[in-house]
Amino acid sequence: MSKKLEHIVITTDVLIIGGGTAGCFAALTLSKNSNLNVVVAEKANVKRSGCLAAGVNAINAYIIEGRKPEDYVDYATKDAAGIVRHDLLLTAARKFNATTKVMEQLGLVILKDENGKYVARGNRNIKINGENFKPILTKAVEEAKRVTILNNLNITDLLVENNEAMGAIGFHISHEKVYEIRAQKVLVATGGAAGLYKPNNPGFSRHKMWYPPFNTGAGYAMGILAGAEMTSFEMRFIALRCKDTIAPTGTIAQGVGAKQVNSRGDVYEEKYGITTSERVYGTVKENQLGNGPCYLQTSKIEKEKDEELLKAYLNMAPSQTLKWIESGKNPSEQDVEIAGTEPYIVGGHTASGYWVNTKRETTIKGLYAAGDVAGGCPQKYVTGALAEGEIAALDIIDKFDATKSIQTNSSFVSKKMKEYEDILYNQSDFFTVEELEEAMQKVMDEYAGGISTHYQFNEKQLKLADEKIDQIRQMTKHVRANDMHELMFVYELKERLTVCKSVIAHLLHRKETRWHSFNENLDYPNTDEGYFKYINSILVNDELKIIVRDIIKEADYEHTN
Amino acid sequence: MSIRINQEACVGCLKCIKVCPGSLIKEKDKKAYIKYPKDCWGCVSCVKECKFDAIDFYLGADIGGNASTMNVTYEGDILHWKIKKSDGTVKTIDVFSKDSNKY
Repeated sequence: MSKKLEHIVITTDVLIIGGGTAGCFAALTLSKNSNLNVVVAEKANVKRSGCLAAGVNAINAYIIEGRKPEDYVDYATKDAAGIVRHDLLLTAARKFNATTKVMEQLGLVILKDENGKYVARGNRNIKINGENFKPILTKAVEEAKRVTILNNLNITDLLVENNEAMGAIGFHISHEKVYEIRAQKVLVATGGAAGLYKPNNPGFSRHKMWYPPFNTGAGYAMGILAGAEMTSFEMRFIALRCKDTIAPTGTIAQGVGAKQVNSRGDVYEEKYGITTSERVYGTVKENQLGNGPCYLQTSKIEKEKDEELLKAYLNMAPSQTLKWIESGKNPSEQDVEIAGTEPYIVGGHTASGYWVNTKRETTIKGLYAAGDVAGGCPQKYVTGALAEGEIAALDIIDKFDATKSIQTNSSFVSKKMKEYEDILYNQSDFFTVEELEEAMQKVMDEYAGGISTHYQFNEKQLKLADEKIDQIRQMTKHVRANDMHELMFVYELKERLTVCKSVIAHLLHRKETRWHSFNENLDYPNTDEGYFKYINSILVNDELKIIVRDIIKEADYEHTN
Repeated sequence: MSIRINQEACVGCLKCIKVCPGSLIKEKDKKAYIKYPKDCWGCVSCVKECKFDAIDFYLGADIGGNASTMNVTYEGDILHWKIKKSDGTVKTIDVFSKDSNKY
């Protein structure tokens, strides 16, 4: 038995895949600065989708008074041990403050001092009430002219002809409808990838993780499969978080100055260094040395700060507030245990993602990338996602050619439709998505440097991981979706498996340890300056080809080969 | 880490279904129910959307939860967060949405 899905064709000027922070800001920029018609395809609903669902309580990439965008570039470069794109960091940093201003005009609350100046938190941050950051941004997009939002539309593949983007294809998650969206310019803004590795809480609370569990690497996977060049997938991101709730630590570490201590009360952060990866590494080492658990020492803060801390967490990670109240002890009455998360692939924190030119166009013509899906520009955070959405949108306006027609490949579209239909009524349902996801996460955890191996691995283990991921990919043939929502689950699994392959290939090719924990190769425990290079990859005939590129110094980078 | 939807209190406005960033809430018999409780991220978007006090948020036992629940109601620009502890005591925290985080 097979079911026929309805085929709907939509033609627009610009398609934005993913209505999170970057995608929404790009839509807003296009609407304000051009007459182009824009479609935003979002697999959930734009109101709270993406990274900012619960909120955020600081702008973590901001040029505070007395600092320059170049200072930000220096900081991000040092933190990533040099494997960054200066052109991308600088162009983003120059827009951090202006995009913040736009958000303030839309209604974002930012803390000001008595002179009306923003209050800094550390050297690069300002404090906000970002509980409603995403609804504020979304409201503006909903009111924007010539922007159509299609919620609950899950895009699976790009439509690419002769290395040029022509649109994308996907399906509705509740109606039996396939959407072929034809567009001259396409912006991928789907976020990074969570759920590749076995998470901190693998049981009932498996989705209580740092990164949105609904960011499944869709944008990476569709780019990889379409032959786009990708960079730095070996620079994994591991967050240092409050244990169990996986809530942010910045508010207590930077906000109230709590120190990182081991169970003996020793402050250990200086011992291992203070880069993002070294803070994680230090915590892992202290546990291995028998000095765990590790904590943020909130017991040293004044009691008066308790109530404001409880409120601060309500605006971004309410589970931590609930945890404090449930325990019957306020922050000043107990230290907060901390732990490293499972590794993620996320271009907003580390540098993994599409290899783009300075204007954020990928190696596929007419295909742009912004936010966590775009590589080379770590520590860009929320304002960097806004900035990249704007940079990409402005270049799209600049390059748009009204005389050009779009040619989609009808045989590819029919093949995709049949693929969806076959999964919906697959006679072979030996495994469930859940079973294969668990298998994938176990392989990545044990053989590709997950939590259980203290984020470490060697080449033999990585090769085994690669073999096992291949086997699981084969098993996806034996999965059935009983409805359109389950069809999305199947594609999310496939996306993650595609990303896993790239992560493993990149980890194998960086034969050094440049970042503790993020890329801790036990066969090559030291940094090798021969690897002061970008590790990039491109899928050719179903094989990942590695491209090693020199560090780019130019202010303006264009794709040449 | 998940939510519970009180079927008695649910009026079937279905706003929570729309807003969930994982589309995890579905409709059955004109009421909302959480179809995929283990897939909840804990963002509480649905709790904020519900005007009928029908959705509670709680921590799973695997992350130290001890059967307390939390929800939030709005009164203009004030968010009243209410935590019902398992011993029956209630703590409320009011957050003014025009106030920034201090830390």
